[in-house]
Amino acid sequence: MNEQKNLYTVSIYTEDNVGLLNRISAIFQRRHINIDSLSSSVSEIEGVSRFTVLVQVSEAQMRKIIGQIEKQVEVIKAYYHTDEETIYQESCLFKIQSDLLFEERQIQNIIKDSNARIVTVNRDFFVLEKSGRRHEVDLLYRELKPFGIMQFVRSGRIAVTKQKMNITDLLAEFAQA
Amino acid sequence: MSVQTLTKPTSQKTQSLRITGSEAVVRSLIAEGVDVLYGYPGGAIMPVYDELYKFRDQIHHVLTRHEQGAAHAAQGFARISGRVGVAIATSGPGATNLVTGIADAQIDSTPLVCITGQVGAHLLGSDAFQETDIVGISTPVTKWNHQITTAEEIPEVLAKAFYIAKSGRPGPVLIDITKNAQFEMLDYQYKPCTGIRSYAPEPQIKIEDLQAAASLLNQAKRPFIVWGQGVILSQAEKALKTFIEHTGIPAAWTILGASAIDTDHPLNVGMVGMHGNYAPNILTNECDVLLAIGMRFDDRVTGKLETYAKQAKIIHIEIDPAEVDKNVKTDVAIVGDAKKALTALTPLLENKTHDTWRRRFEELHQIEDEKIIQKDLFPTKDGLTMGEVIRCINEHTKAEAAIVTDVGQHQMIACRYAAFKQTKSNITSGGLGTMGFALPAAIGAKMAAPERAVVAIIGDGGYQMNIQELGTIFQTKAAVKIVLLNNNFLGMVRQWQQLFFDKRYASTELINPEFGLIASAYHIPARKVTQRDSLNEAVGEMLAHDGPYFLEVVVEPEANVFPMIPSGASVSEIRLS
Repeated sequence: MNEQKNLYTVSIYTEDNVGLLNRISAIFQRRHINIDSLSSSVSEIEGVSRFTVLVQVSEAQMRKIIGQIEKQVEVIKAYYHTDEETIYQESCLFKIQSDLLFEERQIQNIIKDSNARIVTVNRDFFVLEKSGRRHEVDLLYRELKPFGIMQFVRSGRIAVTKQKMNITDLLAEFAQA
Repeated sequence: MSVQTLTKPTSQKTQSLRITGSEAVVRSLIAEGVDVLYGYPGGAIMPVYDELYKFRDQIHHVLTRHEQGAAHAAQGFARISGRVGVAIATSGPGATNLVTGIADAQIDSTPLVCITGQVGAHLLGSDAFQETDIVGISTPVTKWNHQITTAEEIPEVLAKAFYIAKSGRPGPVLIDITKNAQFEMLDYQYKPCTGIRSYAPEPQIKIEDLQAAASLLNQAKRPFIVWGQGVILSQAEKALKTFIEHTGIPAAWTILGASAIDTDHPLNVGMVGMHGNYAPNILTNECDVLLAIGMRFDDRVTGKLETYAKQAKIIHIEIDPAEVDKNVKTDVAIVGDAKKALTALTPLLENKTHDTWRRRFEELHQIEDEKIIQKDLFPTKDGLTMGEVIRCINEHTKAEAAIVTDVGQHQMIACRYAAFKQTKSNITSGGLGTMGFALPAAIGAKMAAPERAVVAIIGDGGYQMNIQELGTIFQTKAAVKIVLLNNNFLGMVRQWQQLFFDKRYASTELINPEFGLIASAYHIPARKVTQRDSLNEAVGEMLAHDGPYFLEVVVEPEANVFPMIPSGASVSEIRLS
């Protein structure tokens, strides 16, 4: 297994079902593949959920895993893409002491330069939100770290593809059959 | 519930019944054509059992002695009949005891619907008595599973369960039903499931793939077929026979493919894999085109993958897209139903005989015959061999019996030597290797095919893993013939200890009870054979007996199964000693 590993964004369209997350994550777990991030939401199609999973595997392994995912009865279709083929973002929140916002001029500059957004401010803390690529989020984290971060959380990657996904056609085909 | 009317007309003019969830379960089973199911009652499934009692003239419930036995019996039923096997159990331990059978059915593609009771929905997650997360537990070993918490879901979910279990590549489905859903009322109407939008069980075969395969096969000088259970599951036996007779291509089988083509067919060149035949294993690495049909290149079949059929172009006929290129990279994949693929492929192929190539199989078979087969089947030394017992059964049954095997040496010997003239006649635990499979599976097989002789061949280890099912045989009078090949060892593990662990027989010797007495306690006629001269007569007596019969044959304690591809070796490194 010396094949080169790549970072892939896996997009999985599924029926809306409680047990599916378990089934999908088990496919990765059984093969000792670490999930970098996973997020699930509704999709552009009513009643169809969409999972976005970020993993580092070889392409051969990726293809096999896609096969295993699509084999699940309630999975409609699964795709994998490289970064070049997708538009992707992550989001993060920082909770920071409010007095720093007024006492540390540097923080104000960081916020401005990073295009982060202040979500809320109160007497004790303020919350900063930033969406972007991982390296942008990481950079902001490194810059704010010396001032003290009370809480930090980062979301999983979400992504849309540059190419069209033929999922709607697939569902239309089934409706006709 | 305020609705008092039993029936109410619907817009489609079909009648719906106002019934309990548990009655809906039983009516749904009957609607799916289920006439027998295997199970064990308990608290959380009692309402369904109450309905099974009421419908007992339409659906026969077989009480096994352990839920694992119920799952394996349902498997045996499914494997011999091609129908969906049904097992039922209560929550908690009842459900977890099914899991081994479910895992076995998953890896061996057996259509199964397992129904488990569950604590009431309001108690879920409270660690209630006999509550276990069986949906979570069974997820990795089911094709699909689902928990029903309201009665109205029952008909639709069960219809879906049967559809998923039997369509495409078959597999087990588990439906967990909370107790409240069994008690609640619903307007019952049954509509069989005919399609699920997220599920495409049978991919459409592409004509260009057939043409590419035909072109490779027509040019082949040394083509070779390995078929698996997919041939049986798609009922492609006749199509395969026509195909090999037309093309003259020698064909070998995986353990689960056994019996799809008659054992004595001239183009049937035997079993591949770890304890398969010499010629097909060696020649896997000499063929120029390998056509794999409905098989999944299991590691016990391929040996070391890096050296498996590297010289050959590989064509894979397979219904499950996830199997294509999983273990062996294919040159042409025909994704779809095996019967349709073979039927469409045959007219594209030239009529050939491949005489020279086939002679290679005969030559190598001669070597195996001389060094191994003759000694196994016609031993001259003292001490009975497993092989001669199988030969004796073949002679008496004229290759018409269904052979159910457990796991281990006896299984390999039985699969190597059992003669078959009828498909679906080799029922064994292949992928999972579940000891304890055979005795309950034979019960299910016998019930699905009462007209057939069903012979369970079991080792002394596996026999004791589900020996309690003798009680089921006694109670149901299922006329299963049990042949215990007793070597007082866990023979296959002992063989490995001898070959690879310097004969350190760690926990493989068994101090066994008097097995005949146990069978007798269940009023099953029992006989023990220790000498060659009484074997033939005893097998005859067993088969002639009207009802279940137990025959113990004491065989050589330290005999080994050969040929053998050592673990991690190449198929061409198969050893004869």
